[in-house]
Amino acid sequence: MTARTTRFLQQWLVFAGLVAVWELATRAARAPFFPPPSQIARAMYQQWLSGPASRLFLTDDVFDHVFPSIGRMLGGWAGATVVGVALGVLLGRSAVAMDFVGPLLAFGRAIPPPTLVPVFLVLFSLGTPMQLATIVFGTVWPIVLNTVDGVRAVDKVKVDTARAFRIQGPQWLFGVVLPSALPKIFAGLRVSLSLALILMVISELVGTTNGIGYQMIYAQRQFELPAMWSGIVLLGVLGYVFNTLLLAVERRALAWQPVGNHAQATGG
Amino acid sequence: MPTMLEVTDLGHRYAAKDGVYTAIDGLSFTVGSGELVCIVGPSGCGKSTLLRSVSGLLRPTTGQVRLHGNLVSGVPADLAVVFQDYSRSLFPWLSVQRNVEFPLRRALGRAERRERARQALEQVGLTGAAGKYPWQLSGGMQQRVAIARALAYRPALLLMDEPFASVDAQTRFELEDLLLRVRREQDTTVLLVTHDIDESVYLGDRVLVLSKSPARVVADLTVDLPAERDQITTRESERFVAMRAEVARLLHSPPAEVAAPARERAGAVVGE
Ligand SMILES: Nc1ncnc2c1ncn2[C@@H]1O[C@H](COP(=O)(O)OP(=O)(O)OP(=O)(O)O)[C@@H](O)[C@H]1O
Ligand SMILES: [Mg+2]
Repeated sequence: MTARTTRFLQQWLVFAGLVAVWELATRAARAPFFPPPSQIARAMYQQWLSGPASRLFLTDDVFDHVFPSIGRMLGGWAGATVVGVALGVLLGRSAVAMDFVGPLLAFGRAIPPPTLVPVFLVLFSLGTPMQLATIVFGTVWPIVLNTVDGVRAVDKVKVDTARAFRIQGPQWLFGVVLPSALPKIFAGLRVSLSLALILMVISELVGTTNGIGYQMIYAQRQFELPAMWSGIVLLGVLGYVFNTLLLAVERRALAWQPVGNHAQATGG
Repeated sequence: MPTMLEVTDLGHRYAAKDGVYTAIDGLSFTVGSGELVCIVGPSGCGKSTLLRSVSGLLRPTTGQVRLHGNLVSGVPADLAVVFQDYSRSLFPWLSVQRNVEFPLRRALGRAERRERARQALEQVGLTGAAGKYPWQLSGGMQQRVAIARALAYRPALLLMDEPFASVDAQTRFELEDLLLRVRREQDTTVLLVTHDIDESVYLGDRVLVLSKSPARVVADLTVDLPAERDQITTRESERFVAMRAEVARLLHSPPAEVAAPARERAGAVVGE
């Protein structure tokens, strides 16, 4: 057995153990609000994986609720990434811009994004635009702030080197500034991805007729507690999967870094 | 020999916490086209400041720098710099090969760039490391990458700040001879800072000796050794030994008052 598989088993052993304990405890207690994991698993299977083979066993629920949720989350996050990086580069490379908008950024970041849901509800009415606005607004700050930080901290000797070889324009931006800032940018992306998941659910709890969050609140109102719990578990799984994927992308993009060199997110 | 570089009354003051710090002051000298001029001076006297001013990276507080008669305000074209801080001057996200190619992207096509970089890396003995990242190399190897990058650029004026400081003695000899060969083949003008007196005499057509901070030109010595140099025979020649002793003396106990920079043996210029 390789060291890698040993580590993998070690990590999941604790997890499996806890699930087993939970199973036993909930069965013994018979508390209606805490269904045993096996029941949750069955509910999840029923709800999402009992579809026809022609659709990879996915149920209508997946197409009507899960995929739209994921789509909004990733769409909003991608929008925030584009806006955040562009804004961050502009602000970070300008000598004076941050003096003017720095306090504004600090203020914008300090507003808890869920509180803006009512505002966006009024602005956009129910549905996807309101949810996208919430996700973009809530996730853009860590990306902007980390990008500003990253592009400001381009090493002085590298700046001089680029100037000495008269490297300008796109080659300067894409060849020197962004690569230097990339570790910081990824740190911001990691923070904002987990925020995107949270905001996706919250925006769906309030005003929609589809999505994972909508299904959860609906199940809760109908006292279908296993269905509510399966939503929670699904969100955990999604969060884990997306974070793992992002880390894999990051590892590839930053393969040039000496091993064990991870930037920490600022702000966020 | 036409004048390539003309430095007149150059001075630079840094802002320090207690007012200003004068790093260099009233430096004047010229460098002819195709000449190799070495600069030696005590540690911290302002050698890097001088090179940065000449390259247009640093705006001088007083005086001026002219290249081909034109006042240097920004970084001129056709100039390459090997920075003292070679390690930080490499781009860690690019492989060694791509680091060398990077400044060539504007001017050359892909294939031509590749070939130039390959040649330059071969010249500095790093063919095998082309695909590696800078952090995977030793300090001496990184320094050679920085040299290769400057050589591949084929500048008219090459500024080098202690370019061989981190390589072992044998490699250093090879790189010194490489520099002499390359500048003869490509007719490059070189301004090279070193703290090694022997190196300054071995490489230079002229040696500029600077005083301690604020740097001024203590002496401008013409190295009257044969143009063809050899690591063994040149270094043991009587003339070489006398020259290095003179440079050492000037460095360790400079003339008390340097009113006007002494230009010794001004008539004899090597290469004419
Ligand atoms: N950016 C700066 N701000 C303030 N002082 C500086 C700055 N850069 C250099 N100095 C000071 O100017 C003086 C000359 O520095 P410089 O790096 O030019 O010397 P040097 O001759 O190249 O030194 P070394 O032999 O160590 O390479 C030093 O005393 C240094 O402390
Ligand atoms: Mg220096």
